[in-house]
Amino acid sequence: MATIDQVLIQAALKPEEATKGSGVPAIAVDDLHKSFGSQKVLNGISVAVNRGETLAVLGRSGTGKSVLLRLIIGLEEPDSGSILIHGRDIAGLNLDQLCEIRMKMGFLFQHAALYDSLTVEENVGFPLVHHKKEMSKSERADRVKQLLAEVGMEGHLKKMPSDISGGMQKRVGLARALALEPDILLLDEPTAGLDPISSGEINDLVLKLQAEHHTASIVVTHDLHSAKTIADRLALLNEGDVVVQGSFEELQKSDIAFVQEFLGHS
Amino acid sequence: MIDRNFSPVAGTEAPLSGTRRSLTFPSLSFGPINKFFEWFGDLGIFFWRVVHAAITPPFEFRELFRQLDEIGSMSLPLVALAGAATGVVLSLEARYSLTRFGAKSLLPAAIVFSVIHETGPIITGLVVSGRVGAGIGAELASMKVTEQIDAIEASAVSPCRLLAAPRILACILVLPLLTLAADFCGLFMGWVAQALVEPLSFHQFISAGFKGADFNDFLPPTFKTMMFGLIIGLIACFQGMRTQGGAAGVGRAATSSVVLSSLFVILADVVLVKLILIFFP
Repeated sequence: MATIDQVLIQAALKPEEATKGSGVPAIAVDDLHKSFGSQKVLNGISVAVNRGETLAVLGRSGTGKSVLLRLIIGLEEPDSGSILIHGRDIAGLNLDQLCEIRMKMGFLFQHAALYDSLTVEENVGFPLVHHKKEMSKSERADRVKQLLAEVGMEGHLKKMPSDISGGMQKRVGLARALALEPDILLLDEPTAGLDPISSGEINDLVLKLQAEHHTASIVVTHDLHSAKTIADRLALLNEGDVVVQGSFEELQKSDIAFVQEFLGHS
Repeated sequence: MIDRNFSPVAGTEAPLSGTRRSLTFPSLSFGPINKFFEWFGDLGIFFWRVVHAAITPPFEFRELFRQLDEIGSMSLPLVALAGAATGVVLSLEARYSLTRFGAKSLLPAAIVFSVIHETGPIITGLVVSGRVGAGIGAELASMKVTEQIDAIEASAVSPCRLLAAPRILACILVLPLLTLAADFCGLFMGWVAQALVEPLSFHQFISAGFKGADFNDFLPPTFKTMMFGLIIGLIACFQGMRTQGGAAGVGRAATSSVVLSSLFVILADVVLVKLILIFFP
């Protein structure tokens, strides 16, 4: 069995390979603090997600759930604490190193954040154009079609984002997030603003992709039903820290008043 | 991250990162002064990132050509019209003044020198800062508030490389060409205005106007507009990419892009005119 030092040395050389089955979490967040001006958003949060596992992060609005995802992908810088991706601390990395790590992550934004001047096809092909230069045009087109087929959007290649519904935009966003075959998937409110049928479709899609790609995923959501459906574990945030984490049944058994109040209102 | 790759979150009203916060003065009375210097500091960092992105591969040629078309050909009619109107006004005003002082024969030279030395370049700079500055500022601000710029970063692509560098380079390359167009239209319409009052061929007008002129009268004022292009592109991209606050933020970014780029174009013109007079007497 490898010692922790061996694992970390391997992780530094080829992180995602070294950490497969080594026990090193794909994402490890430890004692993370983040403030915006005088407003403290994250207050010493610690979570870890293994490969193939899905963690749902729940909590009231403004408790820093989305900020946590932005910190993990490096869109924000923490005040203190550490974020380890496949055992590699992202603090102090230069832009090129950070980009290497970002290429192993897929991010679905709350409002999909599709590029409004590009078609659906170009949106999904965007990461491939910039990072898979060895791919020919036809290979890229095939890959885009395959990704869009995975999310049930193969018939909308030439449409502009403004011409498709919110649920469809989320699907396209998901296809774009999967374009580089990431090890880690970060989903920010994947079902927010969708009707129950579309939410159910997105949940099924996430579960299907999860089964096919074995990614480590963090799903930020307000939707308890969605969290219960797609996540292996749930973490409930309050005042910038995790109040409780575990399976849905474990959360139900918790005697913490806030947990019961949250579950009762959901 | 904010400090590694210019983050749109570091806006005017944006929360300061931990590192930067420790460098700020504690007193509230220094707030506006701090913000003033902070703005210049952020602009300097942004400029450095754009320079780095512009000179290191991969280069975004496709986006550069798109911007050359967007900024250049789309601005041409407006710049030409502004140049033409300036030429007519100069011709009418100069004719009146020079006739009063018995120097009517200097009219072509007065128009030519005014247009190519100063009026053409500054009119072009101001027109482009209005049209292009607002356009770039609003476009990037809109991308910022809809998280499209974050999505670019999350896709491991530098927004400075993809969005800012091609726009700024296009502004730098296009301004001298637009200035030539403004100069030509100004001179042509200046001649038309003159010819309507007193018959004079275009050839005679140009010969009289350029008599005694050399390349030092023409090249430095034209190429100084590259600096205007840098200012317009840089400030518009910077203001756009640091926007916060939805539709209102987009409006603010567009307005501040125009106001600040126009202001800095005028200030830069003062400095550049002095430098041109020193180095190209």
